[in-house]
Amino acid sequence: MSKKILIADDEQNIVISVEFLMKREGYDVSVAADGEEALARIRADKPDLVLLDVMMPKKNGFDVCQEVRADAALAGVRILMLTARGREMEVAKGIALGADGYMTKPFSTKELVDKVRDLLV
Amino acid sequence: MTLKPRHKLALATTAALVVIAGLLYAAVVVIQAAAEAGNEGAAAPLVMVGLAAGALIFSVLRPLVDQLVRAPMQLAEETRILLGDSSRRVRLVGSSELRAVAEAINELAGRRQAFEQDVKAEIARSQQNLEADRNRLAVLMAELQQSVVVCNLDGRILLYNQRARTVLAAGAGGEAVGLGRSLYAVFERSLIAHALEQMARRLETGKPPAAELVTATQAGRLLRVHLAPVTGHEVDSDKEKMTGFVLLLDDITASFETEGRRDALIQSLTEGSRGPLGNIRAAAEMLSAYPDMNADERSRFLNVIRTEVEGLSGRVEQSAREYARELTVRWPLEDMRGADLIAVAIPRMSERCGLPVKAEEIDEGVWMKVDSFSFLQVLCYLTSRLRDEYGISEVRLALSAEGDHACLDLIWLGTSMSTETVMNWEMDPMRSAGEESPLSVREVMDRCNGEIWFQRKRASHRAAFRFLLPLAQAPQHPGSVPTGAQGSRPEFYDFDLFSWSERSHALDDQLLSDLAYTVFDTETTGLEPSKGDEIIQIGATRIVNRRLLTHEVFDQLIDPRRHLPEASVKIHGITPEMLVGQPPIDTVLPAFRNFCADTVLVAHNAAFDMRFLQLKEASTGITFDLPVLDTLLLSAVLHPNQESHRLEAIAERLGVLIVGRHTALGDAYVTGEVFLKMVPLLAEMGVRTLGEARAAAEKTYYARVSY
Repeated sequence: MSKKILIADDEQNIVISVEFLMKREGYDVSVAADGEEALARIRADKPDLVLLDVMMPKKNGFDVCQEVRADAALAGVRILMLTARGREMEVAKGIALGADGYMTKPFSTKELVDKVRDLLV
Repeated sequence: MTLKPRHKLALATTAALVVIAGLLYAAVVVIQAAAEAGNEGAAAPLVMVGLAAGALIFSVLRPLVDQLVRAPMQLAEETRILLGDSSRRVRLVGSSELRAVAEAINELAGRRQAFEQDVKAEIARSQQNLEADRNRLAVLMAELQQSVVVCNLDGRILLYNQRARTVLAAGAGGEAVGLGRSLYAVFERSLIAHALEQMARRLETGKPPAAELVTATQAGRLLRVHLAPVTGHEVDSDKEKMTGFVLLLDDITASFETEGRRDALIQSLTEGSRGPLGNIRAAAEMLSAYPDMNADERSRFLNVIRTEVEGLSGRVEQSAREYARELTVRWPLEDMRGADLIAVAIPRMSERCGLPVKAEEIDEGVWMKVDSFSFLQVLCYLTSRLRDEYGISEVRLALSAEGDHACLDLIWLGTSMSTETVMNWEMDPMRSAGEESPLSVREVMDRCNGEIWFQRKRASHRAAFRFLLPLAQAPQHPGSVPTGAQGSRPEFYDFDLFSWSERSHALDDQLLSDLAYTVFDTETTGLEPSKGDEIIQIGATRIVNRRLLTHEVFDQLIDPRRHLPEASVKIHGITPEMLVGQPPIDTVLPAFRNFCADTVLVAHNAAFDMRFLQLKEASTGITFDLPVLDTLLLSAVLHPNQESHRLEAIAERLGVLIVGRHTALGDAYVTGEVFLKMVPLLAEMGVRTLGEARAAAEKTYYARVSY
């Protein structure tokens, strides 16, 4: 059975590419357009990996990450944060809040694929 | 003939002995004769002989006493007078010995006089030097672009410049900065205390002690404060000790905002581009990595790329525009007198272009904002192209003002030119006549916020480039001072305040000459505050260290919010129109109270003014609980037998020149001068402290009548 990936990003123009890419890589892909929806889908679907954007409406990526990590039932969910901000302090914050990886836009899609594969081993 | 003292003494002693012996002998003879005769009546000749003997002794001893006792005593007295006044001399009288002593004393006095004159001259010279130094310092301070404040360790201000006063202005008629005032009225005490502590510590360890901090003023300006210690040696040691400190202030409000805007610009260009670039990159990589995708998918990716690229282009355009705007703000435009620019331009243009340049009508009063360097390049460049391409052999310059603009014309005779040529000349980089500038005329004009066009007067066969440039205000004279105090050097410093310290003892025990005063006067709608009369003007000045600070003033008209009686207008000359738009008493009183902080109030007939102020306590919550001295009562203390204690009469009596009376500030000045004259006179009467002055004033007849 293929692994489940949730893409949580409000920006359609990146979702198009990442969704296409992950499907082509053979993953079972679903999409959430804001933080609350993302959290609901994580609780319902228990995806293997979440590609989590930081800047989202309703709940930002940090909040989502923190709540997932506070929930023992979701211990198996991997989180890879994607952000359009390059400040090192944000990277440190994401890792501290329990993200498994962090990628800064603009990233190479090949690297993204490698990273996802690594996290799902 | 002179005898030696020893011989004189011997002679006098011998003479006296002979006389006494003779007298004794005569007495013995007379007594014997009387005894032999057994006659009672013989006593009479005895008395006669006694008297004769007494007279003889007196006449012999008197000159002796004069010479030996009185003359030296007189010399001693004269010498004592001479002690106080070395220009005096003792008389050369008496014996030759005494005269010798007197001559020696006079010589000593002469030398002392010469010595005293030397010392006096030396003191005068160094005082002159000191005064010259101080004047130079005052000029330097006034011209300095930075704000400077010097304080003693207690934070009392010893020196400030006009710029500091402007930067630290509190608003609402009040002055936060003034000699002898506390710096802590402007700055948080703990902030400065912390910096001073740091400086003291670094001073001890031999590190450079200056400190820096950024703080906001009450008026909301952002200041960078550079603190440096003023050090001096302790009296009996070589150890350096901080005796005060200097503050250099930079108003960074504007540059802070500019930098903030530029940071935001850079931020939006870098960070803001990440998202769109990420989207484009991902889409492009999908397109190249999966050529097998269907047409629908392909068009979706292409659409992502197209919209993101469009957005990014717009963002770059906008950033470029904003950056250009920042650049023009930063471009160094000078305020320059047009006539000066032309005076520089004429020789330079004729030298560079090799043709005569003449000045036509020049408006001397025009000041403009211009980057003079680039603008001169423009003039030279255009002139040389006129010469090269149209054979023009002479150009002229004219300057006038039109509305908000300065009009500078570069004029020549004859040839017209097409708009196309003009545009080319405007757009080409300026490379001719030895100028190698990458800028075009258009760019320079944009940077100057100016315009240029070609115009022609057919009738006179004259053609011209007309330059429009923004007008600048003719600069105010730096260090300009408030009303009523022109003509003298501002009292912006007083280093004698270095020795001031926070006085722990009560004000009443302090010497009148040591206190700081606010001398004030009010104009009112009438004489009866209890029946609704109101203050319409407050004028005040300050006295610090026995000087009237004519530049530190409070001068404010007040809207009384009631009718202004005709009769009162005749007294103070303030018309109802002058009061339109002035602040009401509720906003003026707090500012005036701040102006008075830490001082003793002085007014003429203070009871009158104080009654007005006190009646406002309830409505404004501002209490004037400061000690008060009344020049009217002090005049009664000084001259109880004089009929008039009106301000004019006192001023005349004390030799104070009256100028600008019957404005509140004018009267405050006079009152201040009068008070300063009174202080030494009071001291002569034994009235030296504030407490003594208040007690003496209360005892006067006037006090009993007035209060």
